[in-house]
Amino acid sequence: MSDNYLVEVKNMYMYFPVTAGVFQRKVADVKAVDNISFYIKKGETLGLVGESGCGKTTTGRCILQLWDGMRGDVFFEGVNLPKLKKEQMRRMRRNMQLIFQDPFASLDPRMTAGDIIGEPIKVHNLAKGKEYREQVAELFRMVELEPYMADRYPHEFSGGQRQRIGIARALAVRPKFVVCDEPVSALDVSIQAQIITLLEKLREELGLTYLFIAHDLSVVRNISDRVAVMYLGKIMEITTSDELYANPLHPYTIALMSAVPIPDPKVDRARKRIILRGDVPSPVNPPVGCRFNPRCHMATDICRQKEPELRELKAGSEHWVACHLV
Amino acid sequence: MTTVAKDEKVLEVNGLKTYFYIGEGELRAVDELSYYVKKGESVGVVGESACGKSVSALSILRLIPYPPGIIVGGEIIFQGQDLLKATEEEMRGIRGNRISMIFQEPTTSLNPVLTVSRQISEALELHRGLDRIEALQETIRLLKLVGIPDAEKRATDYPFQFSGGMQQRIMIAMGLSCSPALLIADEPTTSLDVTVQAQLLEIIDDMRRRLGTSVIIITHNLGVVARYVDRVNVMYAGRLVETAPTEELYGNPLHPYTQGLLASVPRLDISKKKSLRIIKGLPPNLARLPGGCSFHPRCDYAMPICREKFPPFEKVGENHYRACFAEISKFKKPQ
Repeated sequence: MSDNYLVEVKNMYMYFPVTAGVFQRKVADVKAVDNISFYIKKGETLGLVGESGCGKTTTGRCILQLWDGMRGDVFFEGVNLPKLKKEQMRRMRRNMQLIFQDPFASLDPRMTAGDIIGEPIKVHNLAKGKEYREQVAELFRMVELEPYMADRYPHEFSGGQRQRIGIARALAVRPKFVVCDEPVSALDVSIQAQIITLLEKLREELGLTYLFIAHDLSVVRNISDRVAVMYLGKIMEITTSDELYANPLHPYTIALMSAVPIPDPKVDRARKRIILRGDVPSPVNPPVGCRFNPRCHMATDICRQKEPELRELKAGSEHWVACHLV
Repeated sequence: MTTVAKDEKVLEVNGLKTYFYIGEGELRAVDELSYYVKKGESVGVVGESACGKSVSALSILRLIPYPPGIIVGGEIIFQGQDLLKATEEEMRGIRGNRISMIFQEPTTSLNPVLTVSRQISEALELHRGLDRIEALQETIRLLKLVGIPDAEKRATDYPFQFSGGMQQRIMIAMGLSCSPALLIADEPTTSLDVTVQAQLLEIIDDMRRRLGTSVIIITHNLGVVARYVDRVNVMYAGRLVETAPTEELYGNPLHPYTQGLLASVPRLDISKKKSLRIIKGLPPNLARLPGGCSFHPRCDYAMPICREKFPPFEKVGENHYRACFAEISKFKKPQ
């Protein structure tokens, strides 16, 4: 593994059992994440995009070891996380945090903002007394809230402010790596821009590394250095965000991008549109061969028989794609 | 874009005021709203949460819950008739028939204990006088039209047996069932994936072109609007602040809020190196609106007069109107 990787995922699988009957026997698996490998470099933002049910959230949580039953390797600064004992992993957690999608559901309504932000500091025993209060106040300022708001409860804040509280809580333990799971998708446009700008500022100031999970390609392109496109538990394409836009290779990436409207009618009406047929198939029974083949307008016989592997286009190009036709 | 005879106004809203009376006092959800929709035209209504876009749509159908809400003034002329003066019985004949509405959340808008065919047939039997068998056949035809595979079999399924995208298709089928003169789509694709969004908006647009239905699309997504509407209304804090033909609005926005909104949307065709422009602050509380122009606390061009009175709606170009005191020559050029 390369020195400048902060996180490296190798052959990760996460199957959720489907049970049925009186004895809850296992009858099938939901293949949420099905053999994926990728890496995240120190200090970069890797965007992870895909439609609902493609496994992007599961991937984020698997990296943080939040699901039992994950298979494969996740190296964090060279340490293989699934091999760690519980207590070792607990201490490791300080380095990696999660920001949630829904700022209304992810904050305890009975705790004050100050207690919410300070809790991780207490859990990890990082500060006490005056020092603790100073750290909490500092976190408020860091996310552009006022420390005097510490005694308020979550319902007294707007959606954007709550998301700032969620961010401050994640940063309270000074992590190196943050998984942002759809952090702006529940917010209004003007507030979205504020939070994206804040996340970007914090990444620069604190030297953070992000895994930025979102379904909105425009948001992902705006914040990410590199982007991975997921479909039905598999990674279809990974490359830098500029390359992905200028030169998308996987038919799924191309279709996904053509479906994203651009807020400028002159540009937008000139673009070629590909309307995908149907819905995403069930991850319990993914299609044989390439998973995208039933919806792909270019599919040939080999696509229906053999699953394509994610391969690098040219050694060192950092453009990886899983398609027989490229 | 439009193929049918233009200039005939299907809907005309004049000085609409919808207020809510709650603990905090008078909440002006929609204030002094005036606009029109021509036959076969599609109009986008854009704005952030609580700007009054949904309330204005519900007001057209007179679906404002009372109490706390009440339409205190204005007129809504639909095909020559003032809906605010119509009786409740007349309204029942209009809702779902001549004006239909597609709501944002299909999961909560469909009745979970009735089959899909029952729900669509209901309007067909009521408004078009079809019998049960005819209504079922028409339902199947509609379901095929909106792209439900195996429509014959699936018509008798319950809503929970469909995915979110499929449920929204059913809502669209229901909305189109009586060939309405006006279709109001309130955030029709917001909770759906982009690939499904594109499919659904194509269906609605196709209907508009073929049947000459007028469409109002309410959305916070400026991209959706760019692709599918002829004209855009921008709302802020219950009022219309700017309206213009789509290309004009995006190419030459003349209200600071529209400018800010456009600059703060991440765009697929703009790289990371170019950062977003931010509108500072938060949208105001409707019960405690700042005096004068509601946008002035967040506006870069605010002047003393903006704090005192609300700017008049003035013409600034062909079909282009805005409510702002700032001189157009003073606006910074977008980078």
